[in-house]
Amino acid sequence: MNYPKLYFYRRIVQAKLFIDAHFAETIELYDIADEAYYSKFHFARKFKEVYLQTPHQYLVSVRIEQARKLLATGSSVAAACTAVGFEELSSFSRLFKRRTGINPSAYIVQQQNLQKQIAEAPLSMVPHCFAYQYGWVEKAQFQTNES
Amino acid sequence: MITRMTHMNIYVLDQDSALDFYTNKLGLKVIIDVPMNKDARWLTVGAPDQPGFEINLTPVHESILHSKETADALRNLVKEGTFGVGIFTCTDIMATYEELTAKGVEFIKPPTKEFYGTEALFKDDSGNWFSLAQLSPVKP
Repeated sequence: MNYPKLYFYRRIVQAKLFIDAHFAETIELYDIADEAYYSKFHFARKFKEVYLQTPHQYLVSVRIEQARKLLATGSSVAAACTAVGFEELSSFSRLFKRRTGINPSAYIVQQQNLQKQIAEAPLSMVPHCFAYQYGWVEKAQFQTNES
Repeated sequence: MITRMTHMNIYVLDQDSALDFYTNKLGLKVIIDVPMNKDARWLTVGAPDQPGFEINLTPVHESILHSKETADALRNLVKEGTFGVGIFTCTDIMATYEELTAKGVEFIKPPTKEFYGTEALFKDDSGNWFSLAQLSPVKP
């Protein structure tokens, strides 16, 4: 296999993986550009060509996604904010709402309600045909002859 | 009139391993994860940009629908790579190929130009294989 842009792609992908691994740290564009062996502005342009967003936008998206996981598993808003690399609670909350459509506190409540529903009535989360296939219900709804 | 497809099954050999593969390697998101019993949970994943379509990671166990013999045979067929399950599309196949390769995903065909775009083939951790495609714009 011989692609003329293969080396270019490897460098950009390495930079993306660097963000994935170090999102919780203070990352400057210089750090990521260094990872890709590019100048800062050239790197940002190339990154956007591949991922359709700037490195900073991608970093924010990774942080918000990680925060979403933490909030869903019991973290407080402040703890999640710090854990994913945000320095200010206000900017974290603003960006979280912008990307998920809901503020972090409301997201916690939403997830707590979901977990409660899962614990109380797990089968209510599963389409009946699949529950039957797994053997989690005794009778398929399409069986009509009562025994 | 059928309007949409919302769920599909993928038979996997180990749900925990499949969860790691589909989320940490492929980058899909967990849609729902419901513990049901010691053998299985209702676990679905989906592509971040495709809400409303869930892939059910189904462990192959003896059940109402599968005798032990059938389950064993099915596990072997999955392991042997019998099933081509579907097509994942992406905006930049070379970048996606490089990333998945770096994460240890096994490709059985590198990105190759086809009349409909560029396509590669990879296997999941169970043995199911998929197409990874960057489709050409449809001509009017």
